[in-house]
Amino acid sequence: MSLTGFEVEIQREVDGGLTTEDMTLSMGPQHPSTHGVLRFVVRADGEVMKEAIPDIGYLHRSIEKISEKVGWHGFMPYTDRVDYVAAMFCNQGWAMAAERLASIEVPKRAEYCRIIAAEFNRIQSHLLSVGSMAMDIGAYTPFIHTVREREYINDLIEELCGARLTFNYMRIGGVAWDIPPGWREKALSFLERFEPLIDEYNALISYNKIYTERLRNVAAISAQEAIDYNLVGPNLRGSGVRYDVRRDLPYSVYPELDFDVPVGSGELGTLGDCFDRYMVRMREMKESCKILRQCLAQLPQGPVIAKVARNFKPAAGDCYVRIESARGDMGWYVVSDGTAFPHRCKIRTGSFAAMSIIQKVSRNLMIADLIAVIASFDLVAPEIDR
Amino acid sequence: MQELVDSLVADGFVPGGLPLWVAYLGAMLVFGGIVVFVFILPIAGITTWVERRVAGRIQSRIGPNRTGPAGFLQWLADGIKSVLKEDIVPSAADVPLFKLAPYVVMTGFVAAFVVVPFGGPLIIADLNVGILYLTAVTALVVVGILMAGWASNNKWSLLGGIRSAAQIVSYEIPAGLSILPVVMLAGTLSMQGIIGHQGWAPWTWHVFDNPFTFFAFFILFVSALAEGNRTPFDLPEAESELVMGFATEYSGLRNLLFFMAEWGNLYVIGAVVTTLFLGGWQIPLALADHPVPRIVLQFAIFFAKAYFWVFVAVWLRWTLPRIRVDQMMIMCWKYLVPIAFVNFMGTAVWMVLFPAGVPAVRVLLSLTAAGLLVAFARRVVFHVRRALLTREELSFNPLSTARVMSRG
Repeated sequence: MSLTGFEVEIQREVDGGLTTEDMTLSMGPQHPSTHGVLRFVVRADGEVMKEAIPDIGYLHRSIEKISEKVGWHGFMPYTDRVDYVAAMFCNQGWAMAAERLASIEVPKRAEYCRIIAAEFNRIQSHLLSVGSMAMDIGAYTPFIHTVREREYINDLIEELCGARLTFNYMRIGGVAWDIPPGWREKALSFLERFEPLIDEYNALISYNKIYTERLRNVAAISAQEAIDYNLVGPNLRGSGVRYDVRRDLPYSVYPELDFDVPVGSGELGTLGDCFDRYMVRMREMKESCKILRQCLAQLPQGPVIAKVARNFKPAAGDCYVRIESARGDMGWYVVSDGTAFPHRCKIRTGSFAAMSIIQKVSRNLMIADLIAVIASFDLVAPEIDR
Repeated sequence: MQELVDSLVADGFVPGGLPLWVAYLGAMLVFGGIVVFVFILPIAGITTWVERRVAGRIQSRIGPNRTGPAGFLQWLADGIKSVLKEDIVPSAADVPLFKLAPYVVMTGFVAAFVVVPFGGPLIIADLNVGILYLTAVTALVVVGILMAGWASNNKWSLLGGIRSAAQIVSYEIPAGLSILPVVMLAGTLSMQGIIGHQGWAPWTWHVFDNPFTFFAFFILFVSALAEGNRTPFDLPEAESELVMGFATEYSGLRNLLFFMAEWGNLYVIGAVVTTLFLGGWQIPLALADHPVPRIVLQFAIFFAKAYFWVFVAVWLRWTLPRIRVDQMMIMCWKYLVPIAFVNFMGTAVWMVLFPAGVPAVRVLLSLTAAGLLVAFARRVVFHVRRALLTREELSFNPLSTARVMSRG
């Protein structure tokens, strides 16, 4: 890698026999920018990290075990807590797994309602991600601006399902409530306002010189590495791998919709650096707007929930459902033994996958860069531990 | 100052038999106390309020508006709250150093006001080494910060302290090199002397004297921001990286002192650039004959000029991200120091070539600056207008925090 601009190699070895010691820093679990309770044990030589070892488990709430005790319907509110920033996807994953086990046909309108809610949730999650990325780099204003737009989405979703964060919107067989009258126009007027704002965010912060210098060439992950470490979602696409469950293993009504899968191109530095991951999220918001416009335009009439027994007992068997969550390929492996309680449920999440590569990419970065790396992976602590 | 005490002694206000130096000392303490409590502390406090209101507007929210009109008394409420809070000293801290550090920072900051020329006669001491004294005492701040970082016995504090030491010591150099052209032009280090060399009109200011001083001005401002730990150079207390940097372990009054010094320093930055480059308190003599309105006018013009740069610093803080510690060093040593040196040499050459200065260049540079300001203002107005036009009643929930008021 050639040394350009602000990049320098920092001499880490001291010549002349002066002995120096490494410093062990405990970053977290209470640290302003570890996005929840997440801990890193950082071995640093001054400001340069030799390694950062993630220490997870501070937010473990045994959600998978809870599923074995509360039954199929009863687990739905718990799925919200798997990833509270993008709860719709967890709802959807659980509902799809149960439906597949019981071979339930979901009404068309319910599928559209699900996609609309989920894509709004994706925008919401990405807004929080890009905003907090800017805040971690030290710019507070973009965070407030993105959270402002996020509030409008919260309002929309609140009108849809009564909750602003932990939605509990979907049900096995469909969704809990139909889209209320007049909601579609409000959603469209929001999109009308929001789409130009993405360009405004880019003008405000994305191409700011200091910001790009902080992000480009930092923690670059090659495509092969990203695949080896099992990165998913925007983290994988940031490395230039065009893989999106919505496109490659389509579910729900995604085959009927037309959208692009943005990937990182190394536009300002190395392919797969923090800036690429960041820009993928920015561009995905535009694609989500496109999907939402299509969904809102072709929303069919009909019921929003299939007939599902209150005492829901799917046939014995297992299934693995993959959905594209805001943090990537989310897997739900559910085993049923034919009773009213799931036998086992295993959730595979994007944030957990990203944790494994942090130790590798953080080597020889500055401490300030670790903050950028954490933010660029869009880690959500409860999703890591579940 | 001295004349005032002498006249008081002559008039018999000072008890007889008292040595003269006691009278001088007493007068100094009284006058210093007045300046500290009537001007410096309120200016630091009010700047926090200004910063929060400006930040609120920038971030499309309101900012503090509960305490007093437009939230003006918020700074008093916050100050009283901080004073009343428990002063926690970590058990593993180096207690004497830990307790002393905020006072060292505060001393460095308050001592700078000794040579700040608020108006024609309004200066505590017009030292003949004024600007040199100022750069020296403001460097005292770094000692306090380093003490705080070390004594806290906290690794984040230590990193903050080290960053601060590296940063302030490095940026002293471009700052010093940018002060030198002015000193050469004015031929004096005294603050009043430097102001006296300039006139009220923009084209007589040092900043427009020649192209080199024009750039020196910006380098001085950037370096001053770095010395004042302001964004984009707020690395020593980088909240998202070092929790709160050197101030992590501080609470209550001691924490307040650190932040008072930070916000008060903004005004010092403004005062320094105003004195050196922007004509200081100079007003057209024809405006006021009587000394009292003249002093008031001088004070007002100096305050307005200095506070404009406080506003710019606040604006920058809420606009820019923070640079990384290696980038901060590279920016100083690879860019600012060489450019500042070129400015210094360039000014010297310019003075030799054009001992009387070039009026055309002065006017041209003033017009350039005015043009830049107008273009910038037009852009701001354009964006504000556009934001107003696109504002809509978008929120559907009457309780939502995102409710946007409709126009009118």
